[in-house]
Amino acid sequence: MARIVVDPVTRIEGHLRVEVEVDGGKVKDAWTTCTLFRGFEIFIKDRPPLDAWHIAHRICGVCPTSHGHAATMGLENSFNVTPPGNAVLIRNLMEAAQQLHSHVLWFYTLNAFDYVDVLSALSAQPSTPALKTVQDRLKAFADSGQLGFLDGGYWGHPAMKLPPEMNLELTAHYLQALAIQAKAAQALAVFGGKFPYHMSTPPGGVTVVPSLQDIENFEFIMKEVTDFVRNVFVPDVLAVAPYYIDHATFGKGVGNFLSWGVLEDVDSRDPYKRALPRGAIFGGQLKVEQVDPSEVQEYVSHSWYTHDSGAGKNPGSNNATTAPQYTKVDTNDKYTWAKTAQIKNKPMEVGTLARMLIAYLSPNAPYYATVKSLVDSTLQALGSAGKPEILISALGRIATKALESVLIADKAEADLARLKQNIKDGDNNWFNPKGHDVPDAGAGVGAWEAPRGALAHWNRIEGGKIASYQAVPASNWNFSPRNDQGQRGPVEEALVGTPVADAAKPLEVLRVIHTFDP
Amino acid sequence: MRMDMNRRDFIRLCGGTAAMLGLSYSWVPEIAQALEQAAKRPPVIWMSFMECTGCLESFAKSVNPSTADIVLDIISLNYQENIMAAAGTQAEADLKKTIGQGGYIAVIEGAIAVGIPEAMMVAGKTSLELVKELTQNAAATLCVGTCAAYGGVQAMRPNPTGAKGVKDAIGAKTVNVPGCPPNPAHMLPTIVHYLLFNKIPDLDSDGRPLFLYEQKIHDNCERRAHFDAGRYVTQFGSKEETLQYCLYKMGCKGPETHSPCPKTLWNNKQSWCVKCGNGCIGCMEPNFWDRFEDFYQQLPNVPIPGFVGVETSADWIGSTLVTATMAGVGIHAVTTAAKGRFKKHPEEGEGPPPAKTEASQGSED
Ligand code: SF4
Ligand code: SF4
Repeated sequence: MARIVVDPVTRIEGHLRVEVEVDGGKVKDAWTTCTLFRGFEIFIKDRPPLDAWHIAHRICGVCPTSHGHAATMGLENSFNVTPPGNAVLIRNLMEAAQQLHSHVLWFYTLNAFDYVDVLSALSAQPSTPALKTVQDRLKAFADSGQLGFLDGGYWGHPAMKLPPEMNLELTAHYLQALAIQAKAAQALAVFGGKFPYHMSTPPGGVTVVPSLQDIENFEFIMKEVTDFVRNVFVPDVLAVAPYYIDHATFGKGVGNFLSWGVLEDVDSRDPYKRALPRGAIFGGQLKVEQVDPSEVQEYVSHSWYTHDSGAGKNPGSNNATTAPQYTKVDTNDKYTWAKTAQIKNKPMEVGTLARMLIAYLSPNAPYYATVKSLVDSTLQALGSAGKPEILISALGRIATKALESVLIADKAEADLARLKQNIKDGDNNWFNPKGHDVPDAGAGVGAWEAPRGALAHWNRIEGGKIASYQAVPASNWNFSPRNDQGQRGPVEEALVGTPVADAAKPLEVLRVIHTFDP
Repeated sequence: MRMDMNRRDFIRLCGGTAAMLGLSYSWVPEIAQALEQAAKRPPVIWMSFMECTGCLESFAKSVNPSTADIVLDIISLNYQENIMAAAGTQAEADLKKTIGQGGYIAVIEGAIAVGIPEAMMVAGKTSLELVKELTQNAAATLCVGTCAAYGGVQAMRPNPTGAKGVKDAIGAKTVNVPGCPPNPAHMLPTIVHYLLFNKIPDLDSDGRPLFLYEQKIHDNCERRAHFDAGRYVTQFGSKEETLQYCLYKMGCKGPETHSPCPKTLWNNKQSWCVKCGNGCIGCMEPNFWDRFEDFYQQLPNVPIPGFVGVETSADWIGSTLVTATMAGVGIHAVTTAAKGRFKKHPEEGEGPPPAKTEASQGSED
């Protein structure tokens, strides 16, 4: 038995420490520690509600757009205000751009070095002049003796399986992806002013009144991103998967899945009709149940907060608090700044896999046919036709990320067409002025999806100010510590059973953590 | 030229660099020479403390030079948790090695947890311990983003963790490139300025490079004519917005915010906060979350001229002086730049650089 600590876990958003117990070449137990506390719920209190969307937006700089949207939707819920259709379409388009930005960045910038041996690419036979150029550039970089950001990577690790030619091609795509994620951000900025932290979506609608030219500009930039998704990202995932097919046998996790739903259906505004619909799955059953934010409960028995900050409270209840109390990292007691979020006393996995499973099992959602054909054809390509359960694995999280990107691209194209039609039809409605009338009292929740999973923002307004604000982002689900019954959080559970070839270089542990897009 | 890129790419990169610094294209050979003669890429440690990763995300949106150009050809990014291949003990080893060698640029993202030090830890050390280690051997310390510079979002009232900016936390001398997030079109020129001239640029009293942050947003805003003429947006999404009237009455903080946003713009010059109709929330100013609380309320005490009045003229005189000063600073720095990395321009003698001297203009392309 050996305890391995990985701290810092790199190539993620935020700060994470992971401790695993390894026995006989496999992970036997695991503990995840979020090592940063900032106190958003404390400092948003007593502020003007219209400021709250800018402040809560800052919870995450990798998925800011989703936090901005959840915050604004929560406030609109309290204000009892509905944004006009054009505003919903613009928000969807910005969300789609952010999700594609994030998915591309995740697969290449954050994950690729777990599977692609960059130094092995030096010995490849380049099949095209372009690949030769990349290889020459890489060679000069390596020969300079300054490996910089590549220094200390797990190059030559026995779990690296790709042939040199594929390593070279994937490295070329890594560089290309860096440009593509910046493109997606440019598209978003057309409507949002900037990315990260767009400026145009306060409660009530959007402040931007785009010209037809702006819309075409967005479309033009997005096309480059969606082309990359369809012609490079998806083929790359399908090409790499056979080399790592054993990754379908571990990293399963808790088998409970939650999605609040994302990408609004502009006509119904029904969360079960979103392109990625709302729903929950329990116990690995291939069956979706309805779910409501009022069912969320938070616990703190293993987190560095006073007892009052948890104990089964719903974040929207009027006695929900957040009072920090650091002790030390003690895996038998308290060991993280993340709270334990649960539904029906169960830890829930959130993220792309959850969304795609729920979409695959929601026949009444508008993109059901698309999801079904994407998933079924991929299962077939992987030699597992009719066995969607193999997606509940490390490999499944990667595969669904690529498939979801195609769905998001489809939805963005449909929303763009709709927006253009609206404008042609003379709909020039972008903002509901009631969004600026802050009520004296109110309570609301905005439940949405960041690229990395379910997030919800609860607010209560009293005397025209924020009386309480609670956010449960994806990391409070996936990186939950143990619950009161001692059951592991989703990432902790997924780590159990992961093979570890070399305890000094726990590459496989990193891989499983990264599949959660932390 | 550097071995690792072709000549055309390299010249493009040098041209982009010149533009970022507000120098004319005739400076490209000098810049090329400076970069070519560097025996090695300058080592950089980028450490993230109390942050949201938005600063790094923003930096990774760099265009021309692109992020790939920067990490492969301009700097040696020896530690950056979001990008680096290494993790855990291997990442720690990279950090230790670079700190031990000294002479690196320390880039800091995120605030320092002073009140509850354990609110921010990496590898068992608090941000307060780490920032001291990191800055001790650094050749220069660059704080990117409002959090590292001034405490940022977590430092707003009541600041539950006692978060502070680097200078306030440990008294280190820092160059601040604030913003929530900072703009790559402000971060890169500051780094390149240091690499070329081998000294930190002149700073304002808040530690910001004067060549970027001297002027106010309001001085350069495309909607300024409407402000002067008294034409305002009073409702979002209205006809007035379609006409791009001034956002002052919707709460725009441009009149009190020092930043070149209207010129640098965002994301390869796609747009910016005023263009998208919300207005500025002042994110490049210290303590802006508290100072500008109630973002959608109109700023008090801003004189509304109604015509091009005294206040406006004074601002214009100011901007002209800044440009001239910057030109002087630039050439002085070049002539004294260390160890032949950057030679004097042949045609220019001791005078200011010719042609374009838009001192406060950064550019992403
Ligand atoms: S108040 Fe804002 S929108 Fe109006 S001119 Fe000044 S900076 Fe521009
Ligand atoms: S315009 Fe204002 S809010 Fe926008 S980036 Fe510049 S300083 Fe920040």
